[in-house]
Amino acid sequence: MKHTLLGVAFAAALAVPAFAQDYTIMAPANPGGGWDGTARAMQEVLQAEGIAPSVEVINVPGAGGTVGLAQFVADSAGDPTKLIVGGYVMVGAILTNASPVTLKDVTPIARLTGDTEAIVVPAASDIQTLGDLVEKLKADPGSVSWAGGSAGGTDHILVGLLAKAAGVDPTKINYVAFSGGGEAMAAILGNQVTAGVSSVGEFQEQVKAGTMRLLAVSSAERLEGIDAPTIKESGFDVVVENWRMVAAAPGLSDEQVAKITADMDKLNASAGWTKMLADRGWANTYLAGDAFATQLDADIAATDGVLRDIGLVK
Amino acid sequence: MESFSLLMQGLSTALEPMILFYALIGVTLGTAVGVLPGIGPALTVALLLPVTYGLDPAGSLIMFAGIYYGGMYGGSTTSILLNTPGESASIVTAIEGNQMARQGRGGPALATAAIGSFVAGLIATLLLAFLAPQVVKLALTLGPREYFALMVLAFVTVSATFGDSALRGLTSLFLGLALACVGIDGLTGAARLTYGVPQLMDGIETTTLAVALFAIGEALAVAAMLDPPDGMHRVKGSVKMTREDWRRSWKAWLRGTFIGFPIGSMPAGGADVASFLSYAAERKLTKHPEEFGHGAIEGVAGPEAANNAAAAGTLVPLLTLGLPTTATAAIMLAGFQQFGLQPGPLLFVMNAELVWGLIASLLIANVMLVVLNLPLIGLWIKLLSIPRPWLYGGILLFATLGTIGVNPSPVELGMLILFGVMGYGMRLYGYPVAPVVVGLILGPMAEQQLRRALSIAQGDWMTLVSTPVSAVLLGVSAVFLVVPMIMRLRGRGQVLSQVAGDAD
Repeated sequence: MKHTLLGVAFAAALAVPAFAQDYTIMAPANPGGGWDGTARAMQEVLQAEGIAPSVEVINVPGAGGTVGLAQFVADSAGDPTKLIVGGYVMVGAILTNASPVTLKDVTPIARLTGDTEAIVVPAASDIQTLGDLVEKLKADPGSVSWAGGSAGGTDHILVGLLAKAAGVDPTKINYVAFSGGGEAMAAILGNQVTAGVSSVGEFQEQVKAGTMRLLAVSSAERLEGIDAPTIKESGFDVVVENWRMVAAAPGLSDEQVAKITADMDKLNASAGWTKMLADRGWANTYLAGDAFATQLDADIAATDGVLRDIGLVK
Repeated sequence: MESFSLLMQGLSTALEPMILFYALIGVTLGTAVGVLPGIGPALTVALLLPVTYGLDPAGSLIMFAGIYYGGMYGGSTTSILLNTPGESASIVTAIEGNQMARQGRGGPALATAAIGSFVAGLIATLLLAFLAPQVVKLALTLGPREYFALMVLAFVTVSATFGDSALRGLTSLFLGLALACVGIDGLTGAARLTYGVPQLMDGIETTTLAVALFAIGEALAVAAMLDPPDGMHRVKGSVKMTREDWRRSWKAWLRGTFIGFPIGSMPAGGADVASFLSYAAERKLTKHPEEFGHGAIEGVAGPEAANNAAAAGTLVPLLTLGLPTTATAAIMLAGFQQFGLQPGPLLFVMNAELVWGLIASLLIANVMLVVLNLPLIGLWIKLLSIPRPWLYGGILLFATLGTIGVNPSPVELGMLILFGVMGYGMRLYGYPVAPVVVGLILGPMAEQQLRRALSIAQGDWMTLVSTPVSAVLLGVSAVFLVVPMIMRLRGRGQVLSQVAGDAD
């Protein structure tokens, strides 16, 4: 019975929020994903650096984060101890799912990390440059199959933007959505698809080992230590970044928002966070306050446009 | 031979007393949390991974290996004793395992599951150590069309889980397939059958459905019995396996291992599919077909071995390619990264010591698991002597806690209760519940792989038979489907099992 009791303790810790703690971070996704990883990394560093004595992570998975977001807005209004992790994928999911709750209903605090996207082809492919790939796309859009993450996600948006920039009808692209990075990568390595899109970090080890060819990265500037041109350099005006952020509850006072922002500033400045980002291979793209709010609005407008072009949002 | 000496070196590190102690803690924690219905290995590892952060790499890796294998194993105990699978890979274990427990043979059922898990874990870990690079090359040649063919084969053989009536079994299966349509369509992002309820957008959670149908349905059925027979689960005879049990189990363990390992290694395989195929194989090959559905030990031994072998198989793409193919593997990836370990094609070369340390840890954890669990079987069985109102009250509590712990939402709780009542109704009218869950798992996999294959081939259906693997798998499926029909038409049903056996 000892085991059962231990189990109860764990289940209770999961189900019932404990009292007296500084933050509860909601990861609106299943354990194992990027948002869950971000939330748990924050938990570890906030506690280890003494920024918050006790931090709890809860997972509310579903529909690109919109299920968690809706629950967060409903349950946490006015509570300065509640935080939610989110990101660019959520922007797309809110639009494609026509979610009644949007990022306008929370208080964005800061952008924490960012991933640059990469376009790759299998090593055995005869495509050498992004130009070659786009030529093929122009000739017959359906013949280029793209492997990437979920429909309407960052990977899909990048392909849509690229098609549009190249003058190809974005509704004609042959995007094959895979669940999770692993399956998409297996399809690329196994030469099942023409090209693949995911974050640079996911492909890095494969590119190093020579099993994939990196055609281009989606950042505005070339990345340090990565031998590939940007999409922009290759002649197509596309810049995409998959970022992750933290937001607070709606209905907070200015002092409460300032306190949370100050804690996130401390997190960002800590040695523990720097080490965590290096270990995980995440780029630090910290941006807080009004600058982040402006950037967020711009991203939402751009995403809305491209999702309409692809035909995912009517 | 170099691999061998590296493995020995890893083993010697792992045999220090402190390290063994960490292994014991990991296995105990993993099993304890894994036992809770609704909490599968992924969540177990996510919850317990931070526990390992403070330790040195050797201690951390071994505790972690213990949690991983412990979590995989934990689900089978409640499947067998309480008809409450903790995760989708233990569903078929519940079919025969719980029947055995009802006949007072819970001890041998738990023993064959524990020893089967051990044997499978051992062989699969060794296969991982020595064959990983070759296996992964093969796994990568498989694409959506091969996976679709594999799913078709799984569908054709799934009738093994139907119980006695094919009509009722098919009804259950199609109920599961219908439930599988709920949620966002993975390829277009369109929402299907969600009626504006955001919680339905990700579809119906397999564990919620399984826990509801099995655990809640069972509790309601017991509560509804007007005159419950007293102590029907009481242990009769030995808790140990008889000579006959051993004789019938060992082949099933081996078959389960060799079904589970390759399927786990495939980027789109999975422990649940492996356990279904193993169950189907055991049912086809058995010399005691009359016992299936009424507590056949092979039906526990095979699937339990298969799901553990698949768990080790999952590590093949993770370690050799850095591909996390399950949620559990994705969390493990984060665990590796804290040591600056970046799983990928160069891992075996760059970090040989840590990799072999991990493999050695897995072997030790596996031994630890059987050492911990065999003596505990006697204790677990005592669970059944708890007075029934208490026992089923406890099951309801744990099932609810586990489900809302994973997904704290009132909608999820509502679904749990709704499907629980459905499970009760199905029991009342004699419909098997396992095929519903099987349909929910296989349906979306088959659909997505088919559509991906067609999308890549731009709508050319011939792509489905254009590779040897997919053509053979579809051919075998067709044989399984058509031969029994012809036999039946000719009125020679008796030869049927023999022919199906030959085709394997």
